[in-house]
Amino acid sequence: MDSLTSVILAPVITAVLLLLIPGNFRVVLRLAAILGSAWTAWTAVALFSRFHAGQEGLQFESLVPWVTVGSVNLAYHVGADGLNIGLILVTGLVGFAAVLVSWNIERHVKLFYVLLMLMIAGAMGAFASLDLFFFYFFNELALVPTFIMIGVWGRGEDRNWAAFKITLYLTLGALTALVGLIAFYVAAGANSLDVTVLKAHLATHPLPASTQTWIFPLIVFGFATLVGLFPFHSWAPVGYAAAPTATAMMHAGILKKAGLYAILRVAIPLMPDGAHRWLPVVAVLAVGNLLHCAWVALRQKDLNLLIGNSSLAHMGFAFLGIASLTVIGVTGTVLVMVAHALLAGLSFALSGYLETQTGTLDMTRMGGLLRRMPFYGTAMIMGFMASCGLPGFANFAGEATVLFGSWKSLPWLVIIAAWSGLVIGAVAMLRALRAVLQGPEKPEFSRVSDTDYWRRLPFVMLLSAMVLFGVSPGILTSRIEPAAKAVVAAHRTPSQAGESKAQPAAIPAAATATPGHSGH
Amino acid sequence: MNYSLITLEILAVLLGLTVLLADLWVSPSSRKALGLGLVAALGCLLAFAVGSLAPQSGSAFSGLFVVDDLARYFKGFFIFAALAVVVMAVDFAPKFGAGLSEFFALTVFALVGMLFAASANDLVLLFVSLELITVTFFVLNSFQRTRLASLEAGVKYLILGGVSSAFMVFGIALIFGTANSTNFSVLFAKQKELSQSALFLMGLLLVLVGLGFKMAAVPFQMWAPDVYQGSPAPATAFLAVGSKAAGFVLLIRLLVGTVPQITTEWHRLFVVMSGATILFGSLCAIPQRNLKRLMGYSSIANAGYLLLGIVAGSAAGSTAILYYLGGYAFTVLAAFTVISAIANHVESDDISALSGLGQRSPFLAAVLTMAIVSLAGIPPMAGFFGKVLLLKSVLDVAAGHPELYALIAVAVVGVVISLYYYFGVIRAIYWGGQSSNLSTIPVSLATRVVLVACVAGILVLGIFPQGLLKIADQAVAGLSHSSTPAAHKAAH
Repeated sequence: MDSLTSVILAPVITAVLLLLIPGNFRVVLRLAAILGSAWTAWTAVALFSRFHAGQEGLQFESLVPWVTVGSVNLAYHVGADGLNIGLILVTGLVGFAAVLVSWNIERHVKLFYVLLMLMIAGAMGAFASLDLFFFYFFNELALVPTFIMIGVWGRGEDRNWAAFKITLYLTLGALTALVGLIAFYVAAGANSLDVTVLKAHLATHPLPASTQTWIFPLIVFGFATLVGLFPFHSWAPVGYAAAPTATAMMHAGILKKAGLYAILRVAIPLMPDGAHRWLPVVAVLAVGNLLHCAWVALRQKDLNLLIGNSSLAHMGFAFLGIASLTVIGVTGTVLVMVAHALLAGLSFALSGYLETQTGTLDMTRMGGLLRRMPFYGTAMIMGFMASCGLPGFANFAGEATVLFGSWKSLPWLVIIAAWSGLVIGAVAMLRALRAVLQGPEKPEFSRVSDTDYWRRLPFVMLLSAMVLFGVSPGILTSRIEPAAKAVVAAHRTPSQAGESKAQPAAIPAAATATPGHSGH
Repeated sequence: MNYSLITLEILAVLLGLTVLLADLWVSPSSRKALGLGLVAALGCLLAFAVGSLAPQSGSAFSGLFVVDDLARYFKGFFIFAALAVVVMAVDFAPKFGAGLSEFFALTVFALVGMLFAASANDLVLLFVSLELITVTFFVLNSFQRTRLASLEAGVKYLILGGVSSAFMVFGIALIFGTANSTNFSVLFAKQKELSQSALFLMGLLLVLVGLGFKMAAVPFQMWAPDVYQGSPAPATAFLAVGSKAAGFVLLIRLLVGTVPQITTEWHRLFVVMSGATILFGSLCAIPQRNLKRLMGYSSIANAGYLLLGIVAGSAAGSTAILYYLGGYAFTVLAAFTVISAIANHVESDDISALSGLGQRSPFLAAVLTMAIVSLAGIPPMAGFFGKVLLLKSVLDVAAGHPELYALIAVAVVGVVISLYYYFGVIRAIYWGGQSSNLSTIPVSLATRVVLVACVAGILVLGIFPQGLLKIADQAVAGLSHSSTPAAHKAAH
């Protein structure tokens, strides 16, 4: 079996094995889940290290025809390049961490781990897939687990409402994208939804600009809803606030990135005319994320809502990098995606642990916890500082790269982004740290205890990955860059039609020529 | 004349008669055993119908009756459905009071009607087979004679079914009057001149009324919720799967196989019908609290999705219908088997009866959840791939037809709405309300086997669609007189 398939199948096999274990063997179930996710994570790490950096094209490729009947032609096609190898790595890591922090799940243990494994498998499959049908298929695999997990193990009075809201929003976005994908399949006429086939086919038979103009928004805004692009974002904070820790980690950290990944994989490289027409709109909406969500985060009293909103604000950077259509910007976007996956996983793991100790996430009721929980407090400070954009963490590397990449084409947005995303976000994070960790100790939290021994593992693992990629982002960028070049390659030679006339596009085509590119 | 073509139908009739006769000698206490024997016999019939010994392609009774891939596909489909329904009825037996054997026999006779419908190549056989189905269902629906709701269901079905049959006969008369024939092959040959005749078109429209009633498509859907709710669960399941599929196989034969040109010209009519059916079913399902009534509305919505394939009017559209129905059968049979098992135990088919099911019977809970997820059209279940095929078939022909894009939008909205009420059921299973009674719900071995088969079907069709899709594709390609797909596509 090829390595990418094994990283998808590892969680599936684990889920099947879990089904065979009787439901009241809780410890066995937990250990089996931990082993299964560790196996997945290890496979992902091995893939990442075996990946040849700086090499163009796909690696670990594997193709199995799946359906070939009449005009329906679909294939199971997986492969890795710079766009997804990092995401596969963090899916393994965050998935492992999510299983580790779920030790305290008491009810329906078996069902919980089976659903969690399905989520991990879905995310892995989505990132590894090169056939868009399979991408969609795997991405939707996580929908039902999310719903059930929020409902059964979620928190708060509103979890019922939150479960429905997140499900309906995600479905509406996904279906919009699905219609776009099918329309794309029909319009492209390549009789395939395989990205590589489509790319080769469209190089010789480009889609008319008018067709691109209406298919592009279906795909991009459909998938952007899954990411939480303003104004389609309101499901995210409430959903994460109500979700159990592991679900929030997986969703905010990993599954959200699937939407961005699809936009980078399909919409931008395959529909350049549509991109020129619509990306200015995306750029403006990204500012909505950066400003609005950061501002909303500032006002939150609930730690989870704060993290949820701030994670939406970070998504603004990712969209900004995409909208810049430069190699540096796109590289930065992928970097942000990887870094934010680690950060969101860490943040929700932190808040989850805090809730098990204090029984609340209301920051106004907390204080002075650093004294009682030195290790936990340190991890929280590091994580939240990373969220502020402190150099030395991967998030800084990603966001700075996005800002550099976008400066030439979108200078005003960069200024707003730097101000809002970094400054307002920093204020929100620092206030949270002050409220939770500093100040006088509250008597009601006198029995709170710090993380011990192996429970530190998820925090240590995620933090060290963030620091590693922060200190030497080259590990990632050397892998991402060739793929990023391929993404914007279609925009190098601006399509002549309609380019110079009329469109007051915020992205002049000249800006797509990037510094550091030697081909001109 | 080639009588061997109707071997399957003859065997089914004999089976029904055998059950009726055996009833005379079987003691009331062992009637369940009789049911299980019938299940075994239906299993053999299914193996015969899909195996290599099945009747070869051909036509009999001067073109009245055809056997082709399409007919074979649906025959296998109907026999499987009948098999699952009989298993359900065996467990349901205590609620019938008396007459269990008659229920079995009527189920088999309804099956005979469906088998003939699958092969109908003439409006006369179409009418007769539909009437056989309808008349048996009058009785099946009101089988719980002491329950008022069940009787009401039977009467409603009787009256509305009678009205729709009247329309249909009138339509057939008009068609016969203008075309001088009721044979599909003749109509196909003459369709060009016939499409000019207003009387013929009127007749066709009236026949569609009858078929619309069977499929529960708007505006002929009024009966569905009441009848679904009132009928005994096994009868409802057979109605939802068998009767609907019978309507669709005839619709495909008539519209796509016989008068494709008129279907293309009328596509606006089907757009409206499909969109209205989807919206009506989805919106009305939202406030429902009774599980069977909810399934009634869901079945209406599903008729709307299936009509997408007729809107497309292409071979791909018909293939999509066949595939969707295949997945739909497994899904609905699984759902109703669980509903029936719960209703036997809890004496209620309210959604609230499901509360605590996740703890009481994890197996039933998992099966019902998978069925619901498949109905909602979410991967990796069968319903997802079926919906994709249907949407694709419409998008294939959509270029230049804004109303088709509007229909797609309606379908998407319908799916999102349906998610709300379907997931409400999942909520009830896993965390809705507190149930005081946490005893396990007993499930018989036969039921367990049927459920496992249905789940396997749902998953296999969702994950490995190649097999059935190929069969469905061949079935449509062999549509009796169709040189149509290519010519049809060119017409767009």
